[in-house]
Amino acid sequence: MVNYVPVLLILIIAIGMAAVILILSRFAAKNRPTREKLMPYECGVEPVGTARDRQSVKFYLVAMAFLLFDIEAVFLVPWAVVFRGVAHSEAYRHLKYVFYGEMMVFMVVLLVGLVYVWRKGILEWNR
Amino acid sequence: MGQEKVLFIVFAVIAIASALNILLQRNPLYSALSLIGTLLALSALYVTLRAEFIAAVQIVVYAGAIMVLFIFVIMLLNVPKDQPQVEKQKGLRYLAIPFAGLMIAEMFYVLRPIRLSTLPPVPSGNAEQAVGTTWSIGTSLFTDYLLPFEVTSVLILMAVVGAMVLARREGD
Amino acid sequence: MTNLLLEWVIKTIVILLILVTAVAYATLMERKVMAWIQMRVGPNRVGLGKFRLWGLMQPLADGLKMIFKEDIVPLQASHWLYIVAPALSLIPALMTFIVIPYGSQITLFDHTIELHVTRLNVGLLYVLALTSVGVYGIVLAGWSSNNKYSLMGGLRSSAQMISYELALGLSIVSVLLYTGTLDLVEIVEGQQGFHGLAWNIFHYPLLILVFIIFYIASLAETNRTPFDLPEADSELVAGYHTEYSSMKFVMFQMAEYLNLITASSISTTLFFGGWNGPFVGRLPLLGPVYFTVKVFVLIFLAMWIRYTVPRFRYDQLMRFGWKFLLPAAIVNIIISSTVILFMR
Repeated sequence: MVNYVPVLLILIIAIGMAAVILILSRFAAKNRPTREKLMPYECGVEPVGTARDRQSVKFYLVAMAFLLFDIEAVFLVPWAVVFRGVAHSEAYRHLKYVFYGEMMVFMVVLLVGLVYVWRKGILEWNR
Repeated sequence: MGQEKVLFIVFAVIAIASALNILLQRNPLYSALSLIGTLLALSALYVTLRAEFIAAVQIVVYAGAIMVLFIFVIMLLNVPKDQPQVEKQKGLRYLAIPFAGLMIAEMFYVLRPIRLSTLPPVPSGNAEQAVGTTWSIGTSLFTDYLLPFEVTSVLILMAVVGAMVLARREGD
Repeated sequence: MTNLLLEWVIKTIVILLILVTAVAYATLMERKVMAWIQMRVGPNRVGLGKFRLWGLMQPLADGLKMIFKEDIVPLQASHWLYIVAPALSLIPALMTFIVIPYGSQITLFDHTIELHVTRLNVGLLYVLALTSVGVYGIVLAGWSSNNKYSLMGGLRSSAQMISYELALGLSIVSVLLYTGTLDLVEIVEGQQGFHGLAWNIFHYPLLILVFIIFYIASLAETNRTPFDLPEADSELVAGYHTEYSSMKFVMFQMAEYLNLITASSISTTLFFGGWNGPFVGRLPLLGPVYFTVKVFVLIFLAMWIRYTVPRFRYDQLMRFGWKFLLPAAIVNIIISSTVILFMR
């Protein structure tokens, strides 16, 4: 657990670096605001409409599908780490086919989910 | 032992402060960001409990997938700020106090003094014995907890189908 | 304890300095590679005083220029979020490098120094976690700019990133089937032997396919061409960093190159033996040299691909990620586990 202290350390150092860069740019940069510079950029013309309109629901569907397959990947990780040891050890000899089969069942169920999402056309057009 | 206490207090304070911030922010996007802060602090607390796999998974799944979903939805829905929420039933506000009291009492009941022996032992180099390491999670997931694991896959399938059906009901 | 802390601080600072220099020279390398592929010369004038130095001082000149550029914060932008978003992009990009092993160990003034900052037993999952958190900088930058192009670019870019993150994660699972550990130091140490050439990709040939999937997924993760539609100059203006100027823009560019270096470093560690190579046992300092060469080759490959292949349209990109790469990664897991089960 003591190995995780450098993670905290580099987090603090990285935040410090970002802060230094931002402060540097605040003081070293010119600041001559004009009306045109402060407007949202729309290829040189006056912006039409607001940027806070509703967006497409497809992003929600992609995020949902990502979430579910991410959870599957997270279940796969401990299985993969343990798998080789189990497959080649003597202590688990009676268990190795079961071990393999269980995960195949899991993956088949999720592949059904992927096929469903595929056939329903969610992975299509302007995704 | 003092160092662990300091770390615990620091991350616990961050977690609680972020959690309070969720309630105090008016903009839902800032609330979601505070929730991400809470999750990161929780992940650090998991590390102090030597459950490193869970800490990493918490960030990958919860802070990295579920909160992305939340943020997408908040951006997609775009509730305009200038439409104040109208409180339809004022009486419910007073009902909140006894319910909050009930929850706090329940919390005190659940967090009765925990004996120190229930904390996981420091891993003594034998990865197969230690609790919370990837090896032990891997083996116990597929032996002792096999049924919940397979049921989870069906649960995930249900979630996929349900989400797709709900989101596509309007035309498309 | 303080000795350990001092060691960590020194290693972290050394690595950060090397990284910042590497990022600066990666921009120069990009422009030079682009130039030579396009049959021209690229920046070759900026030098020191009277000496041309083949343009090697170009990144310094660019950096100084960017610091002094005007820093515009649009009036409509969500102020606080707009300023924090580039930092949110930069910080996870910097944090990956503490778990990567650069060499075995060297002895300096009677101290044995391990050439990695720290050794996490869930190192690979830590890297995946940082990749997942890296999405936020982009989507929040797009949102907070309050500009239609930024928002669309940010949403598309983050949707692309999360889609390819799946293929990335699943190809990592394939590697885990062979290595049996999440610890990067242990993965590299497992590739020693056979005079330092027992790299994973030679030892387990199926990993060549996995490497291809991993590399393509990481190109899409880092928003490099051919997957850079959300930020390409001729599309959507400049996507999520349209409204950014001066140092905040630099932070986004730094984050992008850092992500590229991270992806190449992880590829080297997982597939190409990390710091392993001939004679590393006798001369430990060769470790970082081999590592640097391999990472350099992979970065060059990414740049070569950028200037050769045309860009994907967004729907082609998403279709490729979900309908081809994800099933390919899953099939790879099934094949690899079957092979491990029934052989050896």
